[in-house]
Amino acid sequence: MTRRTGRLRPAGVLLLVVILAAVPFLLASYPVSLGGRILAFALVVVSTDLLTGVTGMPTLAQVGYFGVGAYSAGLVGIHWTDNLIVQLAVGTLAAGLLALVTGVVAVRTAGIVFLMVTLAIGELIHQVADRLDFLGASNGLVGIPAGTLYPGGEPLILAGYTYWWALLVFLLGLTVAYVVAKSPLGLSMRAVRESPTRLRAVGQSTYVVRLVAFIIAGAIAGAAGTAWTAQTRFVSPGDLAFSVSALALLSVVLGGAGTLWGPAIGAAVVFLTRDWLAANYFTGHADLLLGIVFVLAVFLLPRGIAGYQLSRRSDPPHSGAAA
Amino acid sequence: MGWLDANLLTMLNGLALAALLFLIAVGLSLVFGTMDVLNLAHGVVSLTGAYIGVALLDPATGTIGFIVAMLAAAAIGLVLGAVLAAVTSGVSDHLRQALLTLGIAMIAGDVLGEVFGSDVRSVPPPAFLGGSVEILGRSYPAYRLAVIVLSLIIGVALFLVLERTKAGALVRATVADRTMVEAIGVRSRLVLGGVFAVGAALATLGGLLAGPVLGAQPGLDNTVLLLALVVVVIGGLGSIRGAVLGAVLVGQVQTLGVSLLPDLASFLLFGAMAVVLLLKPAGLLPARYGTGARA
Amino acid sequence: MNPVTATDPSVPAPAASAPLLLEVEGLTVRYGALTAVDSVGMRLAVGRRHALIGPNGAGKSSLFAALAGAQRTAGGQIVLDGQEITGHDEAQRAKAGLVRTYQHSNLFSGLSVLDNVRVGVERTEGQPLRPWPRRRADRRIVEAAIESIERVGLADRLNAPVSALSHGERRQVEVALVLACHPKVVLFDEPTAGMSAAETHHFAALIESLPDTMAAIIIEHDLDVVFRLAHSISVLAAGKVIASGTPAQVRDDPAVQEAYLGSGRGDEPLFEEVSR
Repeated sequence: MTRRTGRLRPAGVLLLVVILAAVPFLLASYPVSLGGRILAFALVVVSTDLLTGVTGMPTLAQVGYFGVGAYSAGLVGIHWTDNLIVQLAVGTLAAGLLALVTGVVAVRTAGIVFLMVTLAIGELIHQVADRLDFLGASNGLVGIPAGTLYPGGEPLILAGYTYWWALLVFLLGLTVAYVVAKSPLGLSMRAVRESPTRLRAVGQSTYVVRLVAFIIAGAIAGAAGTAWTAQTRFVSPGDLAFSVSALALLSVVLGGAGTLWGPAIGAAVVFLTRDWLAANYFTGHADLLLGIVFVLAVFLLPRGIAGYQLSRRSDPPHSGAAA
Repeated sequence: MGWLDANLLTMLNGLALAALLFLIAVGLSLVFGTMDVLNLAHGVVSLTGAYIGVALLDPATGTIGFIVAMLAAAAIGLVLGAVLAAVTSGVSDHLRQALLTLGIAMIAGDVLGEVFGSDVRSVPPPAFLGGSVEILGRSYPAYRLAVIVLSLIIGVALFLVLERTKAGALVRATVADRTMVEAIGVRSRLVLGGVFAVGAALATLGGLLAGPVLGAQPGLDNTVLLLALVVVVIGGLGSIRGAVLGAVLVGQVQTLGVSLLPDLASFLLFGAMAVVLLLKPAGLLPARYGTGARA
Repeated sequence: MNPVTATDPSVPAPAASAPLLLEVEGLTVRYGALTAVDSVGMRLAVGRRHALIGPNGAGKSSLFAALAGAQRTAGGQIVLDGQEITGHDEAQRAKAGLVRTYQHSNLFSGLSVLDNVRVGVERTEGQPLRPWPRRRADRRIVEAAIESIERVGLADRLNAPVSALSHGERRQVEVALVLACHPKVVLFDEPTAGMSAAETHHFAALIESLPDTMAAIIIEHDLDVVFRLAHSISVLAAGKVIASGTPAQVRDDPAVQEAYLGSGRGDEPLFEEVSR
């Protein structure tokens, strides 16, 4: 299966950023806050793609590290400072550290075993969030104050402002993911995906490559978590449930694994389907709608949303995907 | 002896759960081991069996009625399995199989919820097994014992078929070397489709038999799928003996483990799985003839 | 033990101080009760090409796997350019300068030709774990990769995905990848298997043009290639080296004829050197 990092024209990217930034002027406050949450989820999905699509390590743990970032930011907000930049730093660091500690053992496995180990990690983090009282247990973490950008600054209460913060974090995280993908590490990650044995045969330890990728992805997911907390001011264990992990992974496949931007769009499609389309028009049938989207995507978009984009340009005939 | 006395019933519950999990999980394991297909619709297939129980069984059902229900579940399972095999045959990428089968599962789950409602539906055990049996001075539901016995019988039968019959040899050969089997004129797709169908039939049967123990409700398919995945991965993909061991372990963790360590209940299952996988990544009893995964 | 020295009396002997790049002694590989490689030894000097031939199942691939570090050994010692590498794993041996190509082409199939070779160059000369690009350093790596690709004659296929190449072209990429690692010793595992006559000729010319600072061991079934490229030959049968020496010596060795043909009349010429 030939994967290409989707090439985006800079003008198109700029236009997209401008449109995204204009959202608070175009929509009412509830859709805007939904947009903020979509951006946070999309960043989690991008981090999932960094592992799944770029490194060939499908994972179900990213939502766990997202949760670590979200809860950390919430705890910082309640007990220490409402400064969003501090929360971002702490959340990213905490998630990255946990990714390091868990990754050291998890990355020793591969394939479906690795998938199940990451499932276990995600679920264990979920259970911890559900049970620990100082995290609010099953009621979730409440009482998180509105964030500020600088000491003594105005708290960001309006949905539009928190949305812009979420957009900023999203763009930052996406940029980091892109920079990594274009770096020598990114090349090593793609080599691990294509043939770990070959990579070892040229003298490179695949374990180290995968571990570094795992840590970076975990940190990005943590950053996404802090954006989520800034937007919602509430973290619930339900946000870390297995179903969310599954949706994150499926968003990657829907969007086109390996392209980074495709999965971001896939994330938006999934989140909108579940939290807007189903919630407003087909209450209680979110699963049905999502299921239909997924099944259609498998047959109509063999290389995901991003793949569909690519195939409309002139593609060399041999780069067909093994659908 | 005192400890055993106190925990005997719990352990029996663990075995009953193991019996059900084995029936449900063995199909998932075989399908992955032979076809390298990750079938995430397996949970909803099992739930279908449970709802068949809801539809066909009532407290007055006699032996005949129960057997009819079992046959109906198995037959519907065969059909579902064949359909799933056909639908996934064109999709060779694991991730896209996951997308497809989970999508189907979500649609089917919603449909079942529409038809049977979102409440927990109870499934009565058949009348002739409705009572209790005495074990070491305690009374224990006869139905659960029957489930354990039946599952053992089916497990042994499955093992014998796979190891001692020509059909079983064909399946094992297809796992070991698919191209060679096709070279001697066997339509390997039919063989593998058969494995898929039988695996699904066992899952629906398991779902039906689990009805009186677990009930039937939307969302149960996800729970069952998760448990089955854990069983399969702990035991070893593609291995029947592995599925047995995995099921027994998961059964005990979910019953005895929870009863002995109630504070850690939510962590036991995945903690145990993580430990097993990190020590033995291929599972505890990996298939002897390879997992069939393509190079 | 039957040591093999890769020197050929028909060719002016290399200087007495010609360094040995590879010294193998007593190498043994067992799969359970089966001894696949039985106490094999060999010595390979700089600039030499040594062929390894023998009937199927003789243990040649097992020997390569053991040399490369992909297969555990039951005994023996391997010294690469004066450094003992017996305990090293595959990645460490590759880093030390011992690399192999594979019988079944094993490349990064979803990546382009350029990216495939870049991986090798990056590993040898770059920083494969650096998580950000650096324009000048990265460009150097790309140029080195292109140079390696040009040397094998695939400059026009730089950006083609490897999965789109023909079999012979993929073999060329493998050589480019392996060369990009600046190895000391290369193990070529049946490199011309499946190649057309033209591809084989092209490939043999490529091997001949490799720098003399390297040495190579080649497993081959194509005896034309063997006689064209090899300075010396070892014949392996049932895990043991049954003959070794120059191509001429090996050709006339009765033990070799026995191994290949069983007990035939023994007087018919076994290896005809095909006139070109």
